[in-house]
This record gives sequence, structure tokens and C-alpha cells, in this order.
Amino acid sequence: MEESMSEDGWVGEEAVITDKLGLHARTAIKLTKLAMKFDSDIQIRSEQRPDWVNAKSPNLVIKLRPPQNSPLYIRASGDDAHDAVEALVGLVARNFRE
Amino acid sequence: MSSAAIRELRGLPASGGIVAGKCFRPANAALSRKQGTIDEESKAFEQAVAESIRQIVELAGNSDELGAEILEFQELLLGDDEILGPVRKRISAGMSADSAWSEVLKIEIDDYASSDGEYMAARASDLADLRDRVLNAMTANGSGHPPEPTLGDVIVADDIGPSVLIDWADRNLAAGIALGAGSATAHSAIVARSKGLPMAVGISGLEKIRSGAAMLLDGDEGTVMVGAQARLAEIRDTRMAKVEEARRIEAEFATKPARTAPGKPIKVLLNVEDPDDLEKLNPEICGGIGLFRTEFLFMGECLPSEEVQYSAYRRVVEWADGRPVTIRTLDAGGDKPVAGLTVESETNPFLGVRGLRLSLANPEQFRMQLRAISRAAALGPVKAMLPMVTVPSEFAEAEKRLDEALRELEAEGIACAKPALGIMVETPAAALTAAEWPAEFYSIGSNDLVQYVTACARDNPRVAGLADPASPAVLELMRRTVEAGRKRGVEVSICGEMASDPKHIHSLLDVGLDTLSVTAAYAGRVKLAISKFGGGP
Repeated sequence: MEESMSEDGWVGEEAVITDKLGLHARTAIKLTKLAMKFDSDIQIRSEQRPDWVNAKSPNLVIKLRPPQNSPLYIRASGDDAHDAVEALVGLVARNFRE
Repeated sequence: MSSAAIRELRGLPASGGIVAGKCFRPANAALSRKQGTIDEESKAFEQAVAESIRQIVELAGNSDELGAEILEFQELLLGDDEILGPVRKRISAGMSADSAWSEVLKIEIDDYASSDGEYMAARASDLADLRDRVLNAMTANGSGHPPEPTLGDVIVADDIGPSVLIDWADRNLAAGIALGAGSATAHSAIVARSKGLPMAVGISGLEKIRSGAAMLLDGDEGTVMVGAQARLAEIRDTRMAKVEEARRIEAEFATKPARTAPGKPIKVLLNVEDPDDLEKLNPEICGGIGLFRTEFLFMGECLPSEEVQYSAYRRVVEWADGRPVTIRTLDAGGDKPVAGLTVESETNPFLGVRGLRLSLANPEQFRMQLRAISRAAALGPVKAMLPMVTVPSEFAEAEKRLDEALRELEAEGIACAKPALGIMVETPAAALTAAEWPAEFYSIGSNDLVQYVTACARDNPRVAGLADPASPAVLELMRRTVEAGRKRGVEVSICGEMASDPKHIHSLLDVGLDTLSVTAAYAGRVKLAISKFGGGP
């Protein structure tokens, strides 16, 4: 999927959750910890809910629960937004293997 | 209390084992804080958070991997601005630190608890655990630690946080856990099982047990008993002796051929997931391998070569030592994705490209597997089983590919033999038309058959009650399959989980099955159940 820059300054991309449990506690924690390494604001959204949530909040990420084979939308805004999106998409794409 | 008065409270089993001990009730984080100024409250809160993080990090350092993982989630939550922010806001507005924290956590806990499923309920219990830890840190300043159980105590509570349990279990302070709420899949139950502590959950009437009272916890039955200590110890000894006796009898039955009460021989085969599992097993406990699942070969980074597959199949055939071995061709898809092979983004993967459908769509992978199976068939009696089939033309196509593989091997001068080719009966279509298939054997895959017949997803606990393997509809389809096999003179077996469950054995024998393929650990108890079946031939 191509990275896209929207008019309001967000860099966004999507990745597909392949784990059979969907995004669950363990993988949500990995995602959150990676997001915290970046300065940019980072938000994620599942297909099941309309609202974007703070990717640095384990509590919000864990509640998202996108199922297997559904897309996870990732966007970031800030100086390292491109790197952040790339890193998070990469994490999801390799099924959270470090 | 008279010595005979024993009261029993019923719940659900969460972790096996039987223990007698004294009731210990963990103190609630009862609060006796006095509210200070906004600055003081704010400082009290930040200190409590810092202290809790310190405790959690220390706990995690002494914990096994599972415990550390649960604790890591809690540690991260204590750095979550989406939680801390609203608490700080309330404190700035004049609320006490403990009320602010409790209120925000209550919103989150209620939110988790109101979501469906045990997964979210487990998160609610993580948060309640965290709430209590921080509250304790706020109130324990100067007042010391809350009381702890002593060795041999049975923890009695409505619910218990996993971090508290990990701490007590690691220091051998708890002998068992009895909860009013909770579920068998909650974190605390996982902790109890990994630590070998008996645990029962969902017990009603626990509030009647006084702290310090003698009690018996039976984690196998999911019950609690209260009464005179000597009598409880007697009951414990009797029950433990019974469990041991049952294990001994099962072990004895395991190595003997199975017969029903009137003497009809029943073949008991094994389901095997990985050839490594066979090393500890005595081939005498079975009449062969009824299901060798090959998915494990496909879980690595790349798809397995013919040689890798052949050496795995050869190990099983050599272990079986002349007994028949049924190798199932790759049964990926559904809940078993294989990277680079299974189709992604199917909205209903259980009704999608899985089992033989997937193999037929990947000719090269299927060809390699058929070659490896045919080579193994030169070493002993090998059967090949095709999973997830609905129409006989799929069988014909698979047989054509098998014949091609055999011709190739012969042309290359490689030793091979044609395996008996049969089908796994796991769709209603296959069961209803079984007699029309030229299969050389039928093996009933009850897990999927039950799912498709009862229209209940296997992974959805809310419909688990409707997914009854012994429902008349499922048994009727099994009866038809047995009848088709009898008419055509080919073997019919069952290899689903149902066959490993003693409570279903009579139904299976009743529909006419005489070959059961079971999980190795259950061979003894299945044979024991068979010996009690008094039904006709």
C-alpha cells in the first residue's frame, strides 16, 4: 500500500493483521512500545470503529481488537511521522516478529 | 459444628488438584486516607504510581515469562497518558487522589467488563489488580503492607489480580484459590495452572466462609467444602486416592487391546501432531496412527521440501513398526493459516479455500507432499487422507495428481508405493453422500463436522452450548457414514476430539464406529470407557 499524505498533515498507511488472534494483548503491547519510540503523534484505527486512537496508549490500543485479516490504519503527524508509519506498518506486516 | 457437617459450594474448575487448608481473605484496599491540598494529592498520586511501577518491575524480575508479560502490560498502563491524564485533571479540580484514581479506573474496568468475551474480562481483572496496587501504595505509606497469606492457606476472594497471585505463588504463600467471580481463561487462572495451584472459579456462597476456617478446594471438580478439619482431610485423602487409582487403571488399560463389555474388539489409533511426540510413547498402546497432522511442517519460514516431509513421514512409519499410518495432506486455512499459501482476507475462512481445496490450488506444494507420502508408503502400510472435501470430483482430481506423482517417482527410479486414498468426513455434504465416493476409507473429522452441522463457530464461546458433538444431527450423519463404509466394505474411523472424550464414547460405539483415533494421553481412559459399553455388536 502506498504511503499517503493528507491535507491536514497526517502521513497514513494501512497494514493487514495476519495473526489468527487478531491484534491481541501481546501484540498490542509491542505496537504501543514501538509507537512510544517516536516523537510524532501516532494514531491507529480499525475497520470496525470509526475513531482514531492514540497508538501510544496501551489501554486504547488493546481495546481496538481488529480481527485477523482486517486492515489496521496507521497515521502520524510530526517530524518523524514517515519513519513512525513505516516502522509500525513493518511491525504489523511481519506479524509482530521482532 | 458437628463433626459430620460438611457443606459443599459449587463452581467451575479452573486449575486441577485437591488441597485442604485454612481460608485466607485478602484485605480490600479499604481507604483511610485523609485528603490533603491539591498539591499534596497530586504528589501522593505521582508517588503511588512511581512506587507501583517499582513494585511491578521488581515482581517481573522474579517472575517467569508469563508472569512478566502480564506485569509488563500493567507497567505500560501506568505510563498511559490516556489513563493518567483524566486522573490528574480530576485531582487538579479538587478531587482526592484515591477517588480520582478509583473513578477513572472504574470507567475503564466497566468498559472492559461490559465487552463480550473472556478476553476482555481478563483485561478488566488486570485493571482491577492495578487499581488496588496503586490504592495500596497511596494508603500503605507508613501503615506497612496489607496482610498476606501463610503457607497452606486457600485464597478466598471474589476475584484476584494476577500480579498479587504471581507474587504469592512465587513465595509459596498460597495453596489454592477459590473465587466467586473469575473465569477459567482469566490471567489468574493461567497463572494458577502454570504454578500448579488448584483453583475453582464462579463459586456462589463463598462469603459465608470465615477467614481462618478449615476448607477443602477441589480444582478438578470446581468445588469448595467447609467443615471440620479432620473430616476435610479425610475427604481430601479419599479423593486423591481415587484420582491416583483412576490414573493407575487408565495406564493399565492403555497397553491392552480395547474390547466392549460383550467382548467386541475396538481399534484405538493415535492422533499425532509432531513425530517428536512419539518418542515417549509405547506403540503397544495403539493399533496405528489414525491421524498424522502435517501442518507442523508448514509453520516455519519457508515451505518444507519433499525431503523434509519424507523424513518426518518415515519417522512415523518406522515408529509404527508395521501398524498402519494415516497421513493427512495439508489441512491449512480456516483457523490454521500458512504464510505464503493460505488465502488472506476471506471474510469466512472456515468456508473458504482450506484443506484439499488449498492443496489443489497449489499444485507444486501438493505434488511434493504426494511424492513424500508415496515414498513413505514404500516403507510400511501408509494411507493418505484428504481433508475438507464436499464433492467426489475433488477426490478424483486428487487421485489423478497422486498417480502422476507415482509415475514421476517410478520414472526417476525412486522407491514408492501407492497409499490407500481416503477422505476425512467433516462436511455435511461428504457425510450425506459418503457411499458415492470411491474412497478406500472414511475418517470422521468431528471438530469441523460439529461446527458445520450445528452452525456454531468453534472459537465462539457464546455458541459453545449449542455446539454439542453428541447432538442427534451429528450422530445421524456419523451413522450414515458408518453405513456407507459397511456397504462398500471400507474402514470408517473417527479422529476428532470427541473420540478422546470418555463421555462421548458410548454414543460413538452406538452409531456403529469400531475404530477411534485419539490423543495419546487419553488412550487409557478411552479404552476404559469402551470396556464399559454394553451395547450390541
